[in-house]
Amino acid sequence: MPKPSSKKERPIEELTYEEALAELEEIVSALEGERNQLEESIKLFERGQALAARCGELLESAELKVKQLAGDEILPFEDLSE
Amino acid sequence: MQPTFFSQTAQQWTVSKLTFYIRMLLEENEILQDVWVQGEISNLSRPASGHVYFTLKDASAALRCVMWKTSAVRLGIPLQDGKAVEVHGKIGVYEVSGQYQLYADQIRPIGEGALYQEFVRLKAMLEAEGLFAPERKRLIPMFPKKIGIVTSATGAALRDMLNTLRRRLPLVEVILAPSPVQGIEAPPALVKALQSLVLQSPEVIILARGGGSIEDLWAFNDERVVRAVAMSTVPVICGVGHETDFTLCDFAADLRAPTPTAAAELATQITMIDLRATNSNLRSRLASATLNSIVERKSFLSSLVSQLRYVSPERRILSERQRVDELARRAHSSLFHHIQLQSAHIKGMQRRLEALNPNAVLARGYAVVTREDDGSVISRVAQAKEGQQVRIRVSDGQIEAEIKKS
Repeated sequence: MPKPSSKKERPIEELTYEEALAELEEIVSALEGERNQLEESIKLFERGQALAARCGELLESAELKVKQLAGDEILPFEDLSE
Repeated sequence: MQPTFFSQTAQQWTVSKLTFYIRMLLEENEILQDVWVQGEISNLSRPASGHVYFTLKDASAALRCVMWKTSAVRLGIPLQDGKAVEVHGKIGVYEVSGQYQLYADQIRPIGEGALYQEFVRLKAMLEAEGLFAPERKRLIPMFPKKIGIVTSATGAALRDMLNTLRRRLPLVEVILAPSPVQGIEAPPALVKALQSLVLQSPEVIILARGGGSIEDLWAFNDERVVRAVAMSTVPVICGVGHETDFTLCDFAADLRAPTPTAAAELATQITMIDLRATNSNLRSRLASATLNSIVERKSFLSSLVSQLRYVSPERRILSERQRVDELARRAHSSLFHHIQLQSAHIKGMQRRLEALNPNAVLARGYAVVTREDDGSVISRVAQAKEGQQVRIRVSDGQIEAEIKKS
């Protein structure tokens, strides 16, 4: 079978939440579905764990990013109401 | 000549009966039971009962008005002396003081009637064009990464929305296209804000404004703004005013929210709570899938071991050994049988040999005669000659004799 993780083993800390989540979902279904090599299974499991941790970390540390359009420019938003 | 006040044709009344008659006259008049009256408020009084009393007047007349508490609590605008308003209600009579008055149930600022007419006209026109058709409505994405907001940069509505987004889905990126939301400059500015925001390709746009009077919200009934909302290539959620306020932008938008906060909620249908649940669900599926695959592997391995044991040569050796024993046993028994047969055969032969033993015949009294010269047996008369020397053999020896006559 094609190994889902080997073709795009990007460093976990570079992944966005959506990318990490998508790969985690892929790994879980790979483990639930076809039989992999034992070594491969363990690799998948370890990567899956790291991805889940990455997702959790990104969730808990997320801060709303607000930007403001000014003409054709995008500036960081400064709350003038306070 | 009789003074007219002695006229016999005049009907006699009591004050009560006449007042009641007048009341009936007024209250049976359909026109007087459904009126909008323009005027200026004066002598406003709000006693503890909660009912509201005031006089509506213009340059040349005055009208006593009362608004019962049940209607007064629904008043959308503050009342004050000198304020020009339009009051809706019906004319009735307060018999105790013989006073006719307006029993008011709605009060609106003057000019709102004209605005409402314009609203109705524009709504009918845009509706006929199909701008509000249900099939134009697009689905709001469940999990947007980028949300556009068109509203005033300084309003409470923006703060409410940002707080809601921060609480529900801080992963999101917000792009604000600030715009005035009321006044004459608002409609073109709102249109421009919408158009420049679309270029940033957010997945959903929130068009919002906090509560206010119908004039304050009027920019969201402006034809240019309504058309811009309808034409937006990005789905629009409209959250303008309060629950009870409806603007034409609400009809043109893909989704109407009762308030700006509600709009922010509708733009984030998937929240942190859902994402945390998904994450922990995936974690446990990851663990159990891995565990399962190991358990599966173990049981596969043990079934291989037992298959291996089944085909192992040890078993074959045992069975071969048994086969050898069996063959040996069969060989032994067949040999024995053969020997028995042979020995019976030999015994038979011996018996037959016994019967052929010439001595046994001699013992019964027979004798064998042989010629002396060549030893041949004389068994017929023709073999004997006169004078021939013979030997006669009997059971215990032989006798020499001579043939006398043949």
